[in-house]
Amino acid sequence: MRPLDEAETTAVFSKLFKFIGPNLKSLIEAESHEVTTSAENSSRYCFRLHKNRVFYVSEYLVKRATNVSRKNLVSLGTCIGKFTKGGSFHLTVQALGIMAPHAKRKVWVKPTSEMSFLYGNHVLKGGLGRITEGINPGDGVVVFSMSDVPLGFGVAAHSTQDCRKLDPNANVVLHQADIGEYLRMEDDL
Amino acid sequence: MIFPPFLSSSPRHRNPPPPPQNPLLEPAAFKAPFLLRHHQNPTPELAASNPQVEYMVALKSKSKLKGGQAHKSPPKKKLKNDLFAKKQSKNDDLLDESEGMSEDIEEQEDFSDGEMEGQSDSGSEASSGDDDPLADDFLQGSDDEGDVSDGDEDSDSGSDSDGVDPEKLSRALDVERARVEREARDELQLNIKQESDEFRLPTEEELEEEALRPPDLQNIQRRIAEIIGVLSNFKALKQDGVRRKDYVEQLKRDLASYYGYNDYLIGVLAEMFPPVELKELIEGFEKPRPVCLRTNTLKARRRDLADVLINRGVNLDPLAKWSKVGLVVYDSQVPIGATPEYMAGYYMLQSASSFLPVMALAPQEKERIVDMAAAPGGKTTYIAALMKNSGVIFANEMKEARLKSLTANLHRMGVTNTIVCNYDGKELPKVLGHNTLDRVLLDAPCSGTGVISKDESVKTSKNLEDIQKCAFLQKQLILAAIDMVDANSKSGGYIVYSTCSIMVAENEAVIDYALKKRDVKLVPCGLDFGKPGFVRFREHRFHVSLEKTRRYYPHVHNVDGFFVAKLKKMSNAKAPSSTTLESVDPESMLDDESNEEKTEVEHQHNQTKDRQDNSMEKRKAEENGHARNDKPKSLSGPKNAEKRKRENEPEEGRKLAVKKNREKENGHGKSDKARSRPGPKEKKKQHFSKGKESSKIREEEKKEFRKKKAANKKGK
Repeated sequence: MRPLDEAETTAVFSKLFKFIGPNLKSLIEAESHEVTTSAENSSRYCFRLHKNRVFYVSEYLVKRATNVSRKNLVSLGTCIGKFTKGGSFHLTVQALGIMAPHAKRKVWVKPTSEMSFLYGNHVLKGGLGRITEGINPGDGVVVFSMSDVPLGFGVAAHSTQDCRKLDPNANVVLHQADIGEYLRMEDDL
Repeated sequence: MIFPPFLSSSPRHRNPPPPPQNPLLEPAAFKAPFLLRHHQNPTPELAASNPQVEYMVALKSKSKLKGGQAHKSPPKKKLKNDLFAKKQSKNDDLLDESEGMSEDIEEQEDFSDGEMEGQSDSGSEASSGDDDPLADDFLQGSDDEGDVSDGDEDSDSGSDSDGVDPEKLSRALDVERARVEREARDELQLNIKQESDEFRLPTEEELEEEALRPPDLQNIQRRIAEIIGVLSNFKALKQDGVRRKDYVEQLKRDLASYYGYNDYLIGVLAEMFPPVELKELIEGFEKPRPVCLRTNTLKARRRDLADVLINRGVNLDPLAKWSKVGLVVYDSQVPIGATPEYMAGYYMLQSASSFLPVMALAPQEKERIVDMAAAPGGKTTYIAALMKNSGVIFANEMKEARLKSLTANLHRMGVTNTIVCNYDGKELPKVLGHNTLDRVLLDAPCSGTGVISKDESVKTSKNLEDIQKCAFLQKQLILAAIDMVDANSKSGGYIVYSTCSIMVAENEAVIDYALKKRDVKLVPCGLDFGKPGFVRFREHRFHVSLEKTRRYYPHVHNVDGFFVAKLKKMSNAKAPSSTTLESVDPESMLDDESNEEKTEVEHQHNQTKDRQDNSMEKRKAEENGHARNDKPKSLSGPKNAEKRKRENEPEEGRKLAVKKNREKENGHGKSDKARSRPGPKEKKKQHFSKGKESSKIREEEKKEFRKKKAANKKGK
C-alpha cells in the first residue's frame, strides 16, 4: 500500500472530476470520524494504491493498516477503482458510495427500465425519467432510480437538449458500472 | 351393547344386540383400562356400600321388568339422561358438590318426570353420576338376561309389581354383577397383553431380515414412535427382560436409518437429549429455517425497507421482538437476493442466528474491533452498522476464495471503516499486536452440526476426529482472540465466541479451556432468550459460570443450532488470577480460599522446577477435557481416589509427588492426539468435588507448604 504518485493522482482525480466536479474538493478534504478519542483531531481522507486498486480511506485507518503485510491486505475503506495493465484508471461500482452524494449530473431512470440498466445495458431514451440540465456529451453521469436509489454511473451520450429530441431507442447514458455487478461480477470487483 | 366376537359365548351374549348405545355407556369391558379403574362396575361391595345405587338398581330392574316394550324406550331416554348426568357430574367437580347435586336433581326431574317414577330415580341418579352408566349397563345386561333366563321372575314380577321379592332379585343381580366383572377383568388382561405385544422390540433375526430388505420407512417410523412412548413410561410399558439400553439402541438405529445420520452423530445427540426431545430436534433439522434479512441501518430504516419490499411483492414480517433490524421472509414474488434494494445495500440476507453474536458483542462507536472469521461478511457489516462506520474493524478471513464475497458485501453495504486481511486467525495477535483491541468476535469454524438443515452432508460426514480437530482449532483461536484484546480498554475488553454447532466439545469445553488458560471471565450475553449452556455434561465438569452462555436449538427457538458466549478480559496477564475462578462446589471453595496465597507462590515455584512435567500433564489433561491442577495432589474425582490417598499420606516434597503423578500419567498411557501449543504455565484450580478426608489432609499439607514457601521467600 502506498500513496498515489503524481501521474496516478491526476488520472484518478480527472476521472472523479468528470462525475462530481468541484465537489471533489470536499471529498478530498472530508473529515473522517473514525477516531477513538475526542482529543485526537479527526483525520482526513486520502487515497492509497494497493495491488492496482485505489482506495479512499481515512488516515486513521491507513495507520492501522500498516500492520498488515502487503501480501495479506485485501481491502481498506472504500475501493474506488483500479488501474488496468495499460495504466489507465477505471472507476468501479464501489465508488458509487462516495460519488452519489456529490454527483453533479444525475439521470433518473423509470422503474420499468431499472432492471435493464442493472443487467448492464445502456439507458435508453424510453427509460429516461428525469435528467439534470446542462449535460454535455461525454460527461460523467450518475444514474438513479425514481426513488433516489443510486444504481450506477455512466457517460452521457448526448446533451440534455438533444436528449429531448431523441427517439426512444437511442442511448442516453452509456453504461460504465452498476450495482448489479455485485451479483453478476462479484469476483471481478 | 355390541359385543365383539372374541368374547366368551355365554348365553346372554347370543341375544340380538340392543339399540345402538352411546359409546360412553358401553360396558366396562370395552372401556380403556384406566377408565375401568375409575368407573368401577357396581360390584356387590360397591352396591352394598352405596345403598342409593342398589336401590336405584332394584328400581330400574323393577321398571324394566314391568313391560317388555317399556324398557326399550327408557334406555334411550335414560341414555340422554345419563349423558347429561355425566356431563353435569363433570361440571360438578368444579362447582360445589351440593350445588351440583341439586342442579342434577332438577335436571333429572325435568327429564324423568315423563318417563318413569320420578320420585326416587332423580334422587338416586343424583348420586355419583359415574356409577350411573355402569349401573345402567349392568341392568341392561341383566335385562337381556332377564328376558331369557329370568323369564320366571318376569312373569312373577309382571303379575305382582309390588310383590316382587327384592332380596331374590338383588341376589340374582349380585351374581350377575360378579360374573360381569370377572369377565371384564379377563378381557382386560387380554387387551393389555395384546397392546403390550405391539411394543415388542424386534429380535435379532428380525433385524437381520430387515437389513436385507429395503428399509420399510413406515415401519421404522412407527417403531420410533412406539419406543419413545415406552421410554417415556418405562416402568409400565416395558417388555420383560429387556433393558432400557436395548430400547435406546434400537431407537438410535431406527433414527439413523430413517433420517440418514451416521452412528456417531446419533450417538452424540442421544447423549445430549432425552428421547422425545431428540426426535423433535431431528425433525427440526429436517426443515429449513425461514429466510431472514437484516436492514442495513447505514442506508435505510426497517420500516421503509419493509414498505418498499412489500410493494415489490415480498411477504415479510418483523423477525422477533429481540431484533429491531430483522425481517423474516415468508415468500416472495421476486428473487429476494436480487432486488435493486439488495444491490444497493439496503439489506443483507442472513440467518437469524447470525444476529445473536453481534448483539452479544454490542460494539460501541469508535472502537477497534476484529472479526476473526468474517466471510461472507454478514456479521461484519452488522458490526459496522452498529458502529455507524466509526472506529476500525479488522475483518480477517483465512480462505482466499471467500475474501471476494467479503469485500463485495462490505462495499455493497457501504461500510467504510473496515480493513480486510487474509491471515490465519492464530497469527493475528502477532500482526495486530497483543492487548490492542477493544472487542473481538470469533465466529469459529466448526463442525456445522447446528446447521444440518442447510447442509445435509453433515449428517453422514462428521466423526469424532472431525469434532476433535475443530475443537483443537477453536481452542487455539480463542486464545489468540483473548490475547488481542486490551483488558484496560475504556469501553470494551470483550470477546464473543460463537459457533453454529451444538456439540459440547466445541462449545462449553472450549470456553472452559479459555477460562483456565487466560484471565477472563464469563459475562451475561445480553440475550434474554436461549437455553443456558451446560455446566455438567456426562463426565465433564465445567466452570459454574458457563450457565451464562447460551444455546439455541431449531426445535425450541426456530433458529439454527447455535452457541454464544461472552467473555470479559480481566487483566492483560497471561495467567488466570485465582480470584476470577470459582469452583463447582463449596468443598473445593474452602480449599481455594486457603490456597490463594500459596498457589501464587507455588505457581512460580512450579514454573521453575516442574515445567516439563506439568506441561505434559496439562496438555494431556486439556485434550481430555478435564480440569487438572498442576499441583501433585490435584488428581481429584472418584477415579483417582486411590492415587489421592497414596499421595496424601506421605508428607513428602512436591517433587516426589509430581514424579509419582507423572509415572501414573505415563502408566495410563493416555495418548494425546493433539497437543496444545506450549502456552505459559498457569496455576489451575481444582474443579472436581473432593472427598472430605483427602481434602482436609491436603489442606493441612498446603498450609505447611505455604509457610515453608513464605519463609523461603522472606529469606531470599
